[in-house]
Amino acid sequence: MLSNTLSLHLFVPEIALVVGILLLLIWDLAFSLKRGSAAFIALAALLCSATVTLISGRVSLDLFNGMIARDPYADFFKIFFTVATAVTVIVSLRARDAIDHTDGRDREAAEYYALLLAMCLGMNLMAAATDLLMAYLALEMVSLVSYVVVGFRRRNAASAEASLKYVIFGGVASGVMLFGLSLLYGMTGATEFAAVRTALIAAGPGALAIQILAVVFVLAGFGYKIASVPFHMWCPDVYEGAPTPITAFLSVGPKAAGFALLIRFFVGAVPDEAQLLGAPWAVLIGVISAATMTLGNLAAILQANVKRMLAYSSIAHAGYLLMALCVFTREGEQAILFYLCAYLLMNLGAFIVVIGFSEAGLGENIESYRGVGVRAPLIAAVFAIFLFSLTGIPPMAGFIGKFYLFAAVLKKGGMFFTVLAVIGIVNSAISLYYYARILKEMFFQKGETEAPLAIATVHRTLAFALAVPTIALGIYWAPLIDYIGRAIS
Amino acid sequence: MRFLLLLSCVLGLGGVAHAQPRQAVPRIKVVPSELTFSGKEKAPRSILIQNVGGAPLAIREVRLGPGSDPSFKLVAEPRPFSLEPNQQVEVKVSYSYSGPKEPRQAFGNLQVLSDDPERADRQGVTGVALVKGKSYLLTVMTFFPLLGAFFILLFLKDGQTNALRLVAVISAAVPFVLAIYLFQNFDRSLGMDDANFGLQFVHHFVWVEGFNIEYYFGVDGISVSMVILTALVCLIAVGASWSVKKQLRGYFIMFLLLETGMMGVFCAVDFFLFYVFWEVMLLPMYFLIGIWGAPSRTEADGRVRGGPYAAIKFFLYTLAGSVLMLLAMIALYYASAPTTLVSGVPAEHTFNLMKLTKLNSFALAAPILGMAFSKVIWVGLFIGFAIKIPMFPFHTWLPDAHVEAPTAISVILAGVLLKMGTYGIFRINFQVLPDATRWAATAMAVFGVINILYGGLCAMAQKDLKKLVAYSSVSHMGFCLLGMAAFTDAGLTGAMFQMFNHGTITSMLFILVGVIYDRAHTRGVNEFGGLASVMPKYTGFFGFAFMASLGLPGLSGFISEVLVFIGAFKAFTFMVILAATGVIVTAAYHLWAIQRMHLGPFNEKWRGVLPGNDMDFREGLTLVPLAIVVLVLGFYPMPVLDLVTTGMHDLVKIVAPTGAAAIAMIP
Repeated sequence: MLSNTLSLHLFVPEIALVVGILLLLIWDLAFSLKRGSAAFIALAALLCSATVTLISGRVSLDLFNGMIARDPYADFFKIFFTVATAVTVIVSLRARDAIDHTDGRDREAAEYYALLLAMCLGMNLMAAATDLLMAYLALEMVSLVSYVVVGFRRRNAASAEASLKYVIFGGVASGVMLFGLSLLYGMTGATEFAAVRTALIAAGPGALAIQILAVVFVLAGFGYKIASVPFHMWCPDVYEGAPTPITAFLSVGPKAAGFALLIRFFVGAVPDEAQLLGAPWAVLIGVISAATMTLGNLAAILQANVKRMLAYSSIAHAGYLLMALCVFTREGEQAILFYLCAYLLMNLGAFIVVIGFSEAGLGENIESYRGVGVRAPLIAAVFAIFLFSLTGIPPMAGFIGKFYLFAAVLKKGGMFFTVLAVIGIVNSAISLYYYARILKEMFFQKGETEAPLAIATVHRTLAFALAVPTIALGIYWAPLIDYIGRAIS
Repeated sequence: MRFLLLLSCVLGLGGVAHAQPRQAVPRIKVVPSELTFSGKEKAPRSILIQNVGGAPLAIREVRLGPGSDPSFKLVAEPRPFSLEPNQQVEVKVSYSYSGPKEPRQAFGNLQVLSDDPERADRQGVTGVALVKGKSYLLTVMTFFPLLGAFFILLFLKDGQTNALRLVAVISAAVPFVLAIYLFQNFDRSLGMDDANFGLQFVHHFVWVEGFNIEYYFGVDGISVSMVILTALVCLIAVGASWSVKKQLRGYFIMFLLLETGMMGVFCAVDFFLFYVFWEVMLLPMYFLIGIWGAPSRTEADGRVRGGPYAAIKFFLYTLAGSVLMLLAMIALYYASAPTTLVSGVPAEHTFNLMKLTKLNSFALAAPILGMAFSKVIWVGLFIGFAIKIPMFPFHTWLPDAHVEAPTAISVILAGVLLKMGTYGIFRINFQVLPDATRWAATAMAVFGVINILYGGLCAMAQKDLKKLVAYSSVSHMGFCLLGMAAFTDAGLTGAMFQMFNHGTITSMLFILVGVIYDRAHTRGVNEFGGLASVMPKYTGFFGFAFMASLGLPGLSGFISEVLVFIGAFKAFTFMVILAATGVIVTAAYHLWAIQRMHLGPFNEKWRGVLPGNDMDFREGLTLVPLAIVVLVLGFYPMPVLDLVTTGMHDLVKIVAPTGAAAIAMIP
C-alpha cells in the first residue's frame, strides 16, 4: 500500500487527463480554441494517458493508502475508456448536435472536450477504486459530468428533458447506493474493499439479512450506471434526447465502468457463497439479468426511433453481461471483459453510422433509412456488420463474445444457470428481429430517391476503422482473450 | 502543440522509468509450430527449441505425443537438459513408412515438456504438429468463392455485367473442378477405424488454443458426396442467375459468400468451425431472398408477403434452431474428456467431432434439468437440424422462402441447404450421441413419415408451381429421416443417396419453374395448358424432371427411395407401408401438374408470349448436366453409393445396438 506521494508516479495516466482538461479550459479562456485544436489537445491527453498505461508494464499496487489500485485489470479498462473517449472526440467533430459549428463558430468546443476528458478520468477511477468511498466518488464524478453533457444542447427541449430525468434518476439511485454503503460501513467499520469483506465474513450468516439489504441498495447505484432492470427507465429518454455522440459514449463508457466496478465490488468487498453460506448473489444477479435482457429485447421491438431502439438494445446487452457476472468465476469475468471489447466496437460503430446518416440529412426514425442500401451501399453494409455483430452472428466479434458468455454460464452448470442460459439464448434470437428491421428498411425497401448519400469522411473512416476489428476479432481473437486472461489473473 | 508532445514524452518517460522490472522467468519457443513432410525425402527434419525468457529453462522431456502415426520417428531422444536464456537446441524428426501402400496423409505431434510457467496449465507441454502430405484441397474449395467475392468487391462495378458473370462462373467452376478431382482420388475403402478416423484431404491446425478450437477440414464417406453436390449445384445455380438484373455485383458477392458457407459446413469436422460456417451461410441467404426475391406485397387478406417477409422468417427460424445448437455445443464441450490438440498440446475439452465420437461417451454425463444429458443435447441439436431439413412442424419457413427467392437461390436452398440438416444429424447426432439416437429412432421415423405424407398432400393442394415443388421437398426429405432412423446399411445409404438425388432433381425442378416464370411472370399451375404443343423442349425436360421426382424406375430418385424402404422395412414395417402410400400421393401430384400444364388444349392467353419462346441454350446448359447425372445414377448408382458405403457402414456400427446391425433390428 503506497502513500500519497509515492503513489503519484503510478497515477500518471490520470494526471495526464487532468492536465489535458486544464489545458483545454485555460487555453480556451486565453485564445478561444477552434474545435479542431480542442480535439487535438483532448486526443493528445488521451494518447499520453494510454501510452503511459501501456508502457509501464505489469504492476499491481494499491495507491493512495488503498483508495485505488493500479493493476492490469484497471489498466485494461483505462485503455478501453481511452479508446471509447477518443472515438467520441473524433466523431463529435462533425456532429452538429454536439458541437454547433453551422455558422463557423465552434460553440463551447473546449468545454465539451474538457467534459469528455473528465468523464474518462472518472471512469478510470471507477475501474481502479478499491474503497467504498472512492467508488462512490468516482461514480458520482461520471454521473455529474454525464448530466451536463446530456443536456449540452441547451436550446433543445428533448436534450434538457433528458438531462433533468437523468439527474433525478441519478440522484435517487446514488442516494440509495450511499445508504447501502453506509450500512456496509456501519456493519464493518471499514471502507476498504478487502477489510469490508473480512469483516462481513467474520460477522457470519447471522448478519446475512442486513448484508443482503446493503448489497441490494448498493446494486441500485450500479444498476443505474449499467442500465439494468429496474433502474433502466432513464435510458431510452436520455439516449434519445442527448447529442448522439454522447449517446454513443454513454452506451459504452459508463456501462463498462459500471461493470468494472461491479466486478471489483463483488470479487473484493462481498463474501462469495463459499465464504458465507446462503449468500444469494448468484440468484439475485441472475434474476436481474434475465429480466434485463428480456425487457430490453422486447421493448426494442416496439421502437420506431433508432436511438431508442439502440438504447433498449444496450439494456439487453447489460443483461447478457450480468448473466456472465452471476456465475462469479474467472471464466465469467474474462467473458465480460471480452464482450465489453466487442460491444465497444460494434455499438460505437452502430452509433457512428447513425450519426453519419443524421448529419447527411436522414431522420432518426427507422423508416427514414429506407433505400439507404442503394444510396450509400458501403456504409449500409458496414452498419449491417455492426448489427449482425450485436445479434451475435459469426464471423463477428459479437458472436465470440456471446460464445464466451454462454460458455461461462454453462460451465458452471446446474439447474439455475442452465435455465438462465436458455433465457439468454432465446433473447439472442429475439434480438435479430429488431436489428433486422433496420436492415430491412435499408436494403429491402425502395427509397423515395436513389441519390447517393454524402457521409462525412470522418464518420466513414471511423465506421470502417471499427468494422475491421469487429470482423477480425470474430476470426482470430486469441491475442485479445489471452491479454484479458492476463489482466484478470 | 509542441508543448503537448513534449509533455507526453516527459510523462511517458516518467512511466518507463518507474515501471517495475519484468520478472526473470524462462520462456520456451519452439519453431516451427508445424513440421511438414512430403513423404518422398528421407532425411530427418529439425525443430529448434529456444529459451527466449530471462531465466534457465529446464526441458524435462521431448517425445512423440499420443495418437502419432508410428511412421514418425524421433531421431535421438534427448535426455532432460537445461537451456540458458537465448540458447537453443535442435531436435530431429523423420518420417519413414514401411508397408505395402503408403497412406496419402499421416499426422503426428511432438511434445516438449518444460518448466515455462505459461505452459503450466497445459501440463508444461509445447507442441509441434507433424504432418505428412499436407492438403489444401478442401480449404481452396471452400475459400475460392470467397476470393471471387473479394475480387468483385474490389475491382468490379455494377454495370460490368459480363465481367461479373465471368468472375462468378470461374469462382464456382474452380471448386467444381476440384470436386471432380476429389471424386476420383477419394479412397473409398477408408473407414472410421483407419488412420485419421478415415478422413481424407485433411487440413488441420490449432485455431484458438485458449478454447481448444481447431481449424479441422476433412472429408469422409459421410460428407464427400455433399461436398461434390454443393460444387455441382452452385455451378449450375450461377448459370441459373442470368435472369438476375438488379445490383448484380452485390448479388454475386452474396452468392459466393453463400457457397463458402455451405462448403465449409460439409468440410468442417470441428464443431466450433462447423457452427461458424453454419451461421455464416445465413447472412447472404437473408439478403439474397430479401433483396433479389419477390418484392413486398399485401395479400388480399391483409397479410404482408414477399421476399423481405420470407427472408426474415427464414433467418429467425434458422437462428432459433442454431442458437439451441450453440448451447448444446458448449454443453458437449464441457462434458468431453481430456485429449490432445493436433499440435500435441493437452486439452481439457475438445470440439473435435472425431474425438468426441471416438473417445467420449455422453451416456453417463451429468443430467441436465433432471433429464439424461445425451437426450437433452440430442434434442437441442436435432431441433436445430430439423428446422433446416425442414421437418414437420418446423417446415413453415420453407414454402415462403422457396417461393419468394429468385430461381438460382431456390435451387441452392432446395439443392444444398436442406441437406445440411440431415448431414448435421448424421455427423453430430448419430456420430457423437449414438445412445440418444437409438432412443429417438422411432420418433425420427414417425416424423419422416409425417413429412412424406403431409408434404405430399400439401403439394397436391398447391396452385402455385413453385410452392408445389417446395412442398415436394418436404415430402422427399421425409425419406431421408425414415431411412436414417432404420440404422441399417441400406437405410442409411438410401438416406444419403436420397439427399444427393433430391439435390440434383429439385434443382432441375426449380430451374424449370424459373424458365416458365421468366416468360409468363406467373407460376399458376392452372393458368397454363397444352404447353407441350408450343414448348416441346421445355415439356421434355419438365416431364423428365417430374418423373425423376416421383421416383420412376430408371431414374436416380427411385433407387434411393427403394433403398430407404428396404432398409427401414424390418424396423418400421407399418410406417414403411404408410410411406409407400405416400408414393401414390407423390405420383398423383406430379402427374396432375404435368397434365394441367402441358397436356390438353393450349391456353390462348399465352398466344403471343410462349409459342416460339422455348428454352434457350443457356437454360438447356443448366439442365442437361443434372439430367445426365439423374439418368446415369438411375441405371448405375454405384459412383455415388461407392463413395458413401464405408461411411454409412461406420455410422451403422456406431449407432446400431451391439452385434450385427441387421440381426439386432429384427423385432
